[in-house]
Amino acid sequence: MEIMVNISKKWGYHGIDALKKASPGYLMLMGAFALLAVAGAAVGVHGMVVGYHHVYGVSREVPWGLLISAYVFCVVTSTGLCIISSIGHVFGGEAFMPIAKRAIFMSIIFILGGFCIIFFDIENPFRMAIYNVISPNLSSNMWWMGTLYGAYLVFMIIEYYFLLEQNHSISRLMGFAALVVGIAAHSNLGAVFGMLHGRAFWYGPYLPIYFIFSAAMSGGCAILFVTTLAAKINPEIMNQRMERAMQAITQVTAFLISTIIFFTIWKIITGMVSHDKSLVIMALVSGDYAINFWCFEVFLGMVLPLYLLIRSRGNNFGMIMWATGLMMIGIFFMRYDIVVPGQIVSVYHSLGVEEALALRTYMPSFHEFMATLFGLSFICFAYFAGEKMLNGHQLEKHEIVPEGGYICPGCGAIHFMDEGESEEDAMRRHHKIW
Amino acid sequence: MNFPKIDLNKLKNEGTESVTVKERRNFLKLGFAITGVYASGKILSLSSTYGVAQASEGSGGADFVEKYPYNPHYSMVIRQSLCIDCEKCVDACNKTNHVPEYGYRTRILTRKYQGQLDKKVEFIPVLCNHCNDAPCVRACPTKATYKDPVTGIVRMESKKCIGCKTCMLACPYDARYFSAARHAIDKCDFCWEERLSKGETQTGCSSACPTGARTFGNMTDPDNIVFKLVHQLQESVWVLRPEDGTKPNIFYMKGNMESVDNILKGQKFKYSDPAKS
Repeated sequence: MEIMVNISKKWGYHGIDALKKASPGYLMLMGAFALLAVAGAAVGVHGMVVGYHHVYGVSREVPWGLLISAYVFCVVTSTGLCIISSIGHVFGGEAFMPIAKRAIFMSIIFILGGFCIIFFDIENPFRMAIYNVISPNLSSNMWWMGTLYGAYLVFMIIEYYFLLEQNHSISRLMGFAALVVGIAAHSNLGAVFGMLHGRAFWYGPYLPIYFIFSAAMSGGCAILFVTTLAAKINPEIMNQRMERAMQAITQVTAFLISTIIFFTIWKIITGMVSHDKSLVIMALVSGDYAINFWCFEVFLGMVLPLYLLIRSRGNNFGMIMWATGLMMIGIFFMRYDIVVPGQIVSVYHSLGVEEALALRTYMPSFHEFMATLFGLSFICFAYFAGEKMLNGHQLEKHEIVPEGGYICPGCGAIHFMDEGESEEDAMRRHHKIW
Repeated sequence: MNFPKIDLNKLKNEGTESVTVKERRNFLKLGFAITGVYASGKILSLSSTYGVAQASEGSGGADFVEKYPYNPHYSMVIRQSLCIDCEKCVDACNKTNHVPEYGYRTRILTRKYQGQLDKKVEFIPVLCNHCNDAPCVRACPTKATYKDPVTGIVRMESKKCIGCKTCMLACPYDARYFSAARHAIDKCDFCWEERLSKGETQTGCSSACPTGARTFGNMTDPDNIVFKLVHQLQESVWVLRPEDGTKPNIFYMKGNMESVDNILKGQKFKYSDPAKS
């Protein structure tokens, strides 16, 4: 037993040294993301100092723009990574276990990236820290969303710590808590939109439900992308267990894309028969947002990746990487297509007044663009740093397996068999699967 | 109790000739009342029946007063056809409440008509509806916006506002904007801070209105003009976006002069003499 403890204590952490060994190209890429993040933050701070209303494209009637879309993109992806990884290390789906460390790491990074972005959208972020605590409004979805995401981040960090520690029972408990809180937080984010009665396009139970399924899809897409990309960086991370995991996640993701296609079709059809909604639907189908919708959301976000993922059979990693990489771009537009078009119909449109006849327009400004890049570049930077410094999220390599031990087909750590125990029994005991 | 049995088949048909006009009317009224058409009296109106439905319930008034949850229950009645789009109300509001150039608390919308004989255009002043069931109050994460427990005015506690702008989207009346000077969302407070709390009885906009299109008052007082304007069947009263179920406190009516005269039975109106009241 002692041997196992010694191995896992190292957490696979290789520190700054690992970066020194990285190729110049890799370091330049990381440097570029770091620069973009710093530049984005600088422009964001400039906007904060001069006043956002001077530099942002959002207006009185379209107060939520690119930043909120990007925030939604980040937290959706984070929740999705938590959902997909929980299949393995919370619910005991063996095939999903190898992705857990990378998925939880990226989930934490994505939500931090989301917080970076929302920091530059909220006008008084420092007040939020105080009044969220001393003056909570329990009927506000926004309050629940913020509070639950805070708790979610805490659970995720504890879960990640114990995952590194190879303490699967606490990690699993925390993973379960993070999953429950994450889903509650995320459906509340859907409800932030879904409970605004003045906005026909958002109102209703559709968005909270859609957000959960969409999150799972994004999570599948993200983990496929970051893992196949990691295999390009360090081919050693691909082994039999990881290949099996990729195959399983490809299947789940293809299923989830189909679900979202189904959701989208019915959103369009039902929206067509309601006056206020149909204005938005027509803007998406044939108006200002048609390119966003057809080229990015539908083609890049759903149709193309579905086709490529099925074609890849889960073992053509180059194809999976391209499919999911393009899909990430498509998903970004998918979020934008929920947030911005939901505001283009004026609340006075039905009154038939001159001022409210035209659809509202919104264009992201340079400042909004840069503040978004701050969060996204931070995510990319942290991803590339993590791949090197955490040694591709692998445990230590076990060339010599100690006596009585074996390499777990699920997580890749060394498990020790008790007397008269089979390998499978040892795995079940180790991962607390009963 | 025993009733004599009547065999309907043996009764003689009296025909409809003998039914008086009055009886016919009563009969039709009964039918309309049952189907709800009479109660709202405006099948053609595109807007709501909320105001009327509330106003016509219990026409006596006394039991109805209890239904207003605040005291004074501040409210505004907008007599749409009296509005001439002079924008004095908007100017007064901006001046009274130090509203910056990029924002507004109230504005006047224009509705154009084609093919109508009497009017080509109508002006509709809009402002915060101080809803009894305010969506902005529910949406605010930090209770920075709240229903004043006494007056029912939807107010802001600026220091608590985190600037998430959810309330701007929650509001179905576009009544909110972010004020950089206040570092918070700003909105109409029926001039509570600048006028009402200092003893005035009228808001900036209602006192500036030269025609009396904006009538401000206390809905719990049966002698108050807003109470009288809302609690009558002569003219339809409605609210904006009733489908959102927000229970607004801004009531709208066409406000034809003669009918308003009749309603108020010689009460001194604002539009006859805005300076003295």
